[in-house]
This record gives sequence, C-alpha cells and structure tokens, in this order.
Amino acid sequence: MPEIKTQDFSAASVAAMADPKLRRALDRVASGFEVARLARVAEATPEVWDAWRQEARDIKAHTIEHLDYYLDLLHTNVTAAGGRLHFAKDADEANEIVAHIARTRNVKVATKSKSMVSEELALNPVLEAMGVEVWETDLGEYIIQLAEETPSHLVAPALHKSKEDVAELFSEKLGIPYDEDIYHMAATAREVLRDKFMEADLGISGANFVVAETGTLVIITNEGNGRLCTSAPRIHIGITGMEKVIPSMQDLSIFLRLLPQSATGQRITSYVSMITGPRRSEDEDGPEEFHLILVDNGRSKMLADPALREALYCIRCGACLNICPVYARVGGHAYGWVYPGPIGAVVSPMLVGLKKAKELPQASSLCGACREVCPIKIDIPRMLLDLRTKTAESPDPSVRSAPASERAFARVYAKLMSSPALLRMATRFGRFLQKVERVIPFFSPMTKDGKWIRNAPVPPLSKWTRSRDLPTLPKQTFHELWEKGLSSDDS
Amino acid sequence: MTAKPNVTADLYVTCIIDQLYPEVGVSVVNVLRRLGVAVGFPKDQTCCGQPVYNTGFNREARTLAKRVLEQFRDSEYVVVPSGSCAATLRVFYLELFAEEPALLEEAKALAAKTYEFSEFLVDVLKVEDASVCGATHQGTAVYHPSCHLMRELGVKTQPRKLLGSVPGLEEKELEGAEICCGFGGTFSVKFPHISEGMVGDKITNVQASGAETLVSCDMSCLMNIAGALNRQESNIKVRHLAQILDPNSL
Repeated sequence: MPEIKTQDFSAASVAAMADPKLRRALDRVASGFEVARLARVAEATPEVWDAWRQEARDIKAHTIEHLDYYLDLLHTNVTAAGGRLHFAKDADEANEIVAHIARTRNVKVATKSKSMVSEELALNPVLEAMGVEVWETDLGEYIIQLAEETPSHLVAPALHKSKEDVAELFSEKLGIPYDEDIYHMAATAREVLRDKFMEADLGISGANFVVAETGTLVIITNEGNGRLCTSAPRIHIGITGMEKVIPSMQDLSIFLRLLPQSATGQRITSYVSMITGPRRSEDEDGPEEFHLILVDNGRSKMLADPALREALYCIRCGACLNICPVYARVGGHAYGWVYPGPIGAVVSPMLVGLKKAKELPQASSLCGACREVCPIKIDIPRMLLDLRTKTAESPDPSVRSAPASERAFARVYAKLMSSPALLRMATRFGRFLQKVERVIPFFSPMTKDGKWIRNAPVPPLSKWTRSRDLPTLPKQTFHELWEKGLSSDDS
Repeated sequence: MTAKPNVTADLYVTCIIDQLYPEVGVSVVNVLRRLGVAVGFPKDQTCCGQPVYNTGFNREARTLAKRVLEQFRDSEYVVVPSGSCAATLRVFYLELFAEEPALLEEAKALAAKTYEFSEFLVDVLKVEDASVCGATHQGTAVYHPSCHLMRELGVKTQPRKLLGSVPGLEEKELEGAEICCGFGGTFSVKFPHISEGMVGDKITNVQASGAETLVSCDMSCLMNIAGALNRQESNIKVRHLAQILDPNSL
C-alpha cells in the first residue's frame, strides 16, 4: 500500500490552506463539476433524479447483501468467457498476482488506464522493481506519475495542478520548451503515449462495474486510453474492489446515467467500454489473456459492520468531494491516502485502520451536503458519527480519538447539564467572573463594551477567538426571564 | 389576526438560547402567544445532548436525551427554535435508542410531536403570511438556511415563506446560501483553521449581498457568523427569525 499519512491531517490541512495556488485550483475545478451536475439534475427533474438514486441504491444494497452469490456468479461467467478471475485478500496478494503474470509472460512494458484501486495497492513500484516500464495513460494520471505525486481527487487526479504547473513539469521531464497551451500539452502526452500503447505487452485497467451475469468488465473514460489499454496489448488485467460487482446488464443502465452525470455533469462519457473475456477466435484483435483481480484489502471489514456497510455502495464519482466545504479548502492530499473527501474519511479508516486515520472522521462539520449529492444516497454523515463513536472512548488507546481533556469535558458537561441547579450556579459563577474581569482586568479578554470575548485565555475558547468574537453571558438566562414574569400570558 | 388555534405547545428553548440569547426565546414566546398558542416551559430542561452526541460520547448523550424524553412526555407539541436541536430530538434520538425498545418508543413519540419553530408556524398553525404575527421590518435581509434544518429535517420553504411575507422587508440574494457556515459544534475548535475559512466565505457573501440583516433559524450558526462579522467590525445585524416576526422583539 502507498505511504499512509492520514495521521497528519491537521498539519497537512494547515499547510494546504496556506497555498493560494491550491485554493484557486480547487475553486475552479470542483465548482465547475458541481454546476454541471446540477444542470443534469434539473434536466432529469429533481423527482426523477431522486427516483434514479433510490433505484441505484436498491441495486447496490441488494448486491452487497448477497455479495457471496454474485461473486460466485461472476466467477462462473468470467471463466465461461475464457477469462480468469482472481481474488486477492490484500494489497500484497493482488500485487503478487500481477507480478506473477508479468514475470511468467515476460512483460517488458505495461500501459495503465485510470484505476484508483491500483493506487490503493501501490502497484506501479512493484512492477518497476521487476524492471517493467509502467505508463499511466489517463492524462491526469500521466501528469501525476511524471510529478511523482498521488491523485488528489477521485475522477480528476491532477486537479491540484494548474496549467502552468503542468507546462513546467512537461518542460522539465520531457525536455520540451515551456508551452502552457492545454491543447498542445495534451497533444504532447498523446504523442508520447501512442507509441507506448503499441509497445505494451500488458494493459492494466480498473473497472467501474463488473457484471455478474455476463462476466463483463465495464469502464467509462473520456480519452480513449482505456480502450487502447484493454485491446492493444496481448494481456489485459482488470483490477477492482470486490464491491464493484452488479447483478446484470439491466442494472448497469442506471449506473451509466448516474456515474458520469454525478462526476463531471456529462450525460455520458466519450467512451463506454464493455469487455467480456479475451479475444475470441473470430475477433480481429484484442488480448490473448484476460484476468480480473477482485481486491478485498479491508473491504470485508466494512461488509461485516452494518453501520459502515453502505460505504461499499460508493461508485467513486467524486460528487461528495466537489460539494464538501472541507475538501474545497484542504484539497485531496491533506487526507493523507488514496481516497480523499467525505467518502475518504469513511473508507480510509476502514482500509488503513483506525489507529492511523482516526482524525479523519472528526474533520467534518456534518453539514450533510455530501449525502444530498451522493447518487447512491450514501449516508456519509451518519458513518462519520459512527466512527466518532467507535473511537472517542475506545479501550484501545491507540484507536482512542478523544484526548483525556475532551473525555473529562464530556463527563463534566453531562453532569452539569443533568442538574439545573448546578447549571444555574455555573452560569452565576460565569457572570461573576465576567464582572470581576471588567473591574480588575486580568486576562482582558473582553471588548470595551463587555459584549464580546475577543481573546479567550484558555482552549477550546481560545481556538474560537483566533478569528471570531464570542458573546459574553447576558444578565439573565431565559429560565430566569420565564420565572420573573414571562411565564404569565397577559396577551 | 387568525382565529386562535387553541393549541398548547411546550417550548424547548435550547441551551444556547437559554444561556446566551434569552431575547430570542422571549420573541419565540411572543410570536406563539400572538398566534393563540398556550406556551408551556418545562423548567428542568437543559441541553439536548447534541454536543456530546456529535463527538461520539453516546453514553453522555443518552443521559441528557433521557431527561428530554421525560420532561416532554406529556406535551402536545414541542417547539424548538433551532433546526439543529430539533434534529437531535427528532432524528438523532431514534438512532441513540435504536437498541433500547422502550426508550425507542418514547423517542418516536417525542419525534412525532416535535417541530422546529418556522415549521410549527407554517405546517401546524398554517400561518401563510407573517403579517398575522404583527411583524414589520424596514430594510433588507438575507436568509442563511442552516444545514441540519435543511438536510436533517427537510425544512426549506417554511422560513422563506415567513420571511418573504414580512411587510417592509426586502429579501436579498445570498450567494452560496446552502454552504455550511463552518460551525459544526466542536469542529469549530478542533479544526479552527478550516472553520474560519468557511465562516470567512460566509461573511464575504453576506457582506456582498448588501443586506442590512442576516436571518437564520439556528443561534449556533448565527453565533459563529456574528462572531466573525463582529471581528471585522461589520454593522450587519444578525437575527433569529423569531425576532423578525415579533413586533416587540427586545
């Protein structure tokens, strides 16, 4: 698996927010996607859109509840089509399956179309260590491969880079003159990669869906690179998560609408490729071998947990990233692993372990915008809450997310709020402190008029007053006003 | 005035209004009474438990939730002048007690009679026009739809209907209205840098709207936005919807 930096979210997010270039890139691209998605919702009408979401959710829920059955059916049908289905329990096993195929078939050059699961496995370094040349052929992936970075968005991996960044990168890595014309840059990448498609022995792809009843792998792309990767080389390996199976071609229809419309606002992507088995004797081209690797790598932990199971319904459209006000500020890399944004804050803790990723579920205001845009109606806020509950007071100190001070605060808060008399005393004590502070200033936290606290002396209030004022306690509580006469209705 | 609806409702005032904004609670009472509602106030009420629930302390949240269940057991209606606290009573309690059948039944009974303030006015009291509250307002205003009100309770049109029918009030357009203000309870102090960025965008949009007053149905969001506005020495006034509807607002 790639290096896990989920534990550094706080520091990484501070650094990300200090980067004006990143903010500009995030504003530009993510808001563009969301505007386009909204146009599709309006086109379908919100009622129809909602019915589509429910239909898709029902299909996913049914499939995940009967995953064993559909994986078995898929196995039968991939095999019947002349392909080979492999199950990998973790990243090492998945990488070894690919390495074994590459080794035994004397693979020298591999081309890849976009695959988030291969990012999750950190497959490229494994192949490169064996001396296999690996070429990412999705333009965004190609850019970040050249830059030796990781994706920062589920569907737009190089979203964090401006065209100037890419022009500099191309100039440095490809030894060409600096040229920030996007059309020219795309043409350059196309020229480099076109030869590689012809040289490649092995094509590696992800899968947006795999259809159990036919054993078909489905990928949707906009660049045509997916089709070249899966048809030109003599071997094709598809790699995806085991949750990507759907029952039938009939079921595929709804997802082919919802995925591109939610991801980029396109009605359909430029290419929809459906691949069933290797080249048949009557085919003019296509690979001699077809392998499909289904990866568990922590997914069965999600499957086993009823509260988190629906994270497996995700089709990786990225709509939750595009709407998330936290992602919009910190970008994808701050999340520290392959899957960023709201869905990443659920998936990463399950795949890399709570120990390292326990902070991610905290990094949300629980505003619920992600659930509203999710094409599968995944209740992300509820899962974030569940993860908070699982970690706040975990008996395992390495998983526990709440420091001793926070746990003590929760206890004191519950005690205080369980006793109106105690609360009344605390309020009076607070007012007394405010009064003393106005007569004999010690911390001088208040504004001159005494209405606001401007420099709170202790956390957590001092965290609040870094850039916001906090109202001071008024002379009377509502309880007191009620007792002093508001209770009698003289209207 | 409409005919007196002859309704009895208990006010769950919320701890933030009780402790920091009692004048909002007074306006809620004034508006309800003007509409003919007999307002009750169970005196031992404190916090609904949302701060501890949101941070994963479910045992503490249950302790506080049980108090609320008990205090409002006999209420005909429960009116809550906060989308977030109303969502706690109506939505989150069902999850908190999902495994405890007896308490779950009680939570369901509470959920069935709990309404957020604007929702209660429009859906229960059938207020079509804010002028029946006696409200008038000279000036411009924008409305911030709070997240839990919109997305947990599905209350979107009711506050707009009320605000839009206040005589004299001119509503302005708020860019990015449905984007979270960045409060999020403890999120605001756990990740202050992100929260500040979010509220910074919110106040930029509020200021750009040209409105004199910002209105919402949640004092926690308004505390956040007002705190940021005040730090910028802005003159924009921040009001709960009840204060706009109440001609005798303090």
